Amino acid sequence: MTQSRPSLQLVAAWLGLLGLLALTVTMAYAPLGAANAVVAIGIGITKAALVAAIFMELRYRDALTLLFAGAGLFWLGILLWLGLMDFLTRT
Amino acid sequence: MTEPNYLTADYTLRSWFFTTDHKRIAILYFASLTMFFFIGGAAATAMRIELATPQADLVSDDIYNRLFTMHGIIMVWFFLIPSIPNTLGNFIVPLMIGARDLAFPRLNLMSWYIFMLGGSVTLFAILAGGIDTGWTFYTPFATLYSNSYVMVAAAGVFIAGFSSILTGLNFIVTIHRLRAPGLTWYRLPLFLWSLYATSVILVLATPVLAITLVLIAVERFFGVGFFDPRIGGDPLLFQHLFWFYSHPAVYIMILPGMGVINELVSCFSRKQVFGYKFVAWASLAIAALGFLVWGHHMFVTGQSLLASLVFSFMSFVVAVPSAIKVFNWTATLHKGSLRFDAPMLYALAFIGLFTIGGLTGLFLACLAFDVHATDTYFVVAHFHYIMVGGMVTAYFGGLHYWWPKITGRLYSEYWARAAAILIFLGFNLTFFPQFVLGAEGMPRRYHVYPPEFQVWNVLSSGGATILAAAYLLPLFYLGYSVFFGARAPANPWDAPGLEWQTSSPPPEHNFDVQPVVTRAPYQYSRKFEAKPQNA
Amino acid sequence: MPDSPAVAPQFTSASHRDETAELGMWVFIATEVLLFGGLLLAYFVYRHAYPQGFVTGSRHTEIVIGTANTAILLTSSFLVAWAVEIFSAETRRLTAGLLTGAICLGLAFILLKGIEYHREYDEHLVPGIDFRFTGSLANGVQLFFIFYFIATAIHALHMIIGIGLLAVLALLCRAAPSTRRRAALHSVALYWHFVDIVWIFLFALIYLPGRSAS
Repeated sequence: MTQSRPSLQLVAAWLGLLGLLALTVTMAYAPLGAANAVVAIGIGITKAALVAAIFMELRYRDALTLLFAGAGLFWLGILLWLGLMDFLTRT
Repeated sequence: MTEPNYLTADYTLRSWFFTTDHKRIAILYFASLTMFFFIGGAAATAMRIELATPQADLVSDDIYNRLFTMHGIIMVWFFLIPSIPNTLGNFIVPLMIGARDLAFPRLNLMSWYIFMLGGSVTLFAILAGGIDTGWTFYTPFATLYSNSYVMVAAAGVFIAGFSSILTGLNFIVTIHRLRAPGLTWYRLPLFLWSLYATSVILVLATPVLAITLVLIAVERFFGVGFFDPRIGGDPLLFQHLFWFYSHPAVYIMILPGMGVINELVSCFSRKQVFGYKFVAWASLAIAALGFLVWGHHMFVTGQSLLASLVFSFMSFVVAVPSAIKVFNWTATLHKGSLRFDAPMLYALAFIGLFTIGGLTGLFLACLAFDVHATDTYFVVAHFHYIMVGGMVTAYFGGLHYWWPKITGRLYSEYWARAAAILIFLGFNLTFFPQFVLGAEGMPRRYHVYPPEFQVWNVLSSGGATILAAAYLLPLFYLGYSVFFGARAPANPWDAPGLEWQTSSPPPEHNFDVQPVVTRAPYQYSRKFEAKPQNA
Repeated sequence: MPDSPAVAPQFTSASHRDETAELGMWVFIATEVLLFGGLLLAYFVYRHAYPQGFVTGSRHTEIVIGTANTAILLTSSFLVAWAVEIFSAETRRLTAGLLTGAICLGLAFILLKGIEYHREYDEHLVPGIDFRFTGSLANGVQLFFIFYFIATAIHALHMIIGIGLLAVLALLCRAAPSTRRRAALHSVALYWHFVDIVWIFLFALIYLPGRSAS
């Protein structure tokens, strides 16, 4: 018997993502001041991590694949860090 | 001839233009890059002729702007960046790792077609009337004011960028997955380490250039955009994005050259490369640290002082791995059994010229001196010592070293040495006076100058004549060797690398038997009995 | 499961080939991260310079369509992940069906995006073509909408490419679900999920700011 139903974790990830979407939209309307941006980005990172770990199967991959997936993010960090450093410290 | 090699396997045009053989694709790149090299060189020659006198006598200011832009764009994107990776790299990488081909041969061919498409679009921009922004496309001039073919040229560079990305991707995956049995990372020839580091930059920096060019196109096309100061946009954001690519791109250009020099220095001093692991990791360190220094192009732009300090400091740091390499090559020469064949002459020239280029780079990384030297000929001389004195010299060195493998023919050693010496002399005569001019304050990108600068300019133009002639020489003696040169043996340098253990030129399938690697690279000995990596 | 007879000579086995292809896809995704990274830097720089303008611009976006599109894209990713998980010769119809579902959701996304663009055009919020916004925040709002249009247009372009790839895969899987197809499906799925992740961040940056302040 071949499997045709999605595994439980796939469904859980999907429902979790939709739940997080509802949460982030709700939280956006809560008056948290500057924290609104932090919450929005934090939930975004959580959702992205879910997609990467479960849908993209990164959980099962070896260190090399993780390294490749992380390299792009690491260099993105360099771009944002050094790029923003100029604009945030202008006098 | 018993068994056909990759050149004689098939003679049809179809077998060339639809080939997926990395060796043939390397030849396609070689032919295209040679063409671009001489187009870019012609622009430089015209500039040097104009600069022989203080007045404008050959070209107008507008034409001069178009000449240096064309020289920059062609040389950077259509010669230097693809030069060693796409010709020598394409040919040698699978041979060096004992593989049948790159991981994605069709992607490799597609990369050449994309490159040629980008090149054609750029050539069209030049023929249609040229572009006058400088190769850096600085905003807002490039987007709001220039009346030249900015969009077309930017499109050409944008397209060529995808070729870079695909080549980088192919090399990274190939070096990870297709190494011969027994070929561990620390048994890889250092050329591969440097190409791997180069590929990391190609893959991670080029997309930022792509998106930056898209932003330029949007701004120019719709007349409104991200860098437009009229609506509060910041032109410095363009410079940050541009140099996030273009500074690492300098390492795209020099790292493969460093890789070639490892092979040459080791072969012609008949010794292992001194401090293999240091040199290997220095390549990756350069690739990583090279991303942290881009702001040193922007010291006088109004960038924040803190950013300038950090970028200045990081620029000093990135010099460390480069210096490690120079010291290790020197240590490799020490007590070696030196042979001054043509490739070795190029390698020695590289070490000297790169050192001068690198040290003057440190001058420019100093905030105070840079304020004086920004946009003067000092900068021009500095990066030409790296790009031309370093990279182009390494390219010629590698070309001569692997020529017998690539073509199966031997070139005239006499003429090859003569060309190497002429290039060295011509190069120094062209660019050393520019250090003096820059230090005295002559700005770059002008077609006229005060008469007191004429002596140094005449020297530079005279040197450029020698250099141009010297660069033409290989065209003749290498071209001659293809048809009339003596047949090359499989291993004319008695080198241990895998690429020398198959016939010259290699058969289409590279190796008759899958090589199994049993020892570290560079097991040279003085008496022409190097230990092959696979025996 | 029928396997394609020959493996290209540079590979030692089919699994060697497939693992290599997956690694290639990850390198490509790293490239794409940096492509969108350039836009992200621009976003943060201008959000820092024009905080009020960006909040105001954000409040002019269609959060209902944005939220719906996020849900649509997450669901399409789920369908693709499902298709990868159950891929086999026996389930090829279901696999093709799941991919078709994902394609339809992708098209729905594009359609909604088009409606959204049209509304913004009606509200004179398209810089360079028709932008009318007065007041002290006009510059910041305009910069926000330039980012909005460039980022969402490039994302939509990725969607269209992804839809095309999924369509080819749906046809191929229906015809002959070999292991080679499995590897191809896997690569396309990685790409599709990546496009999904990009949207997750664009959603957070474009639609959410400024909703609480009234």
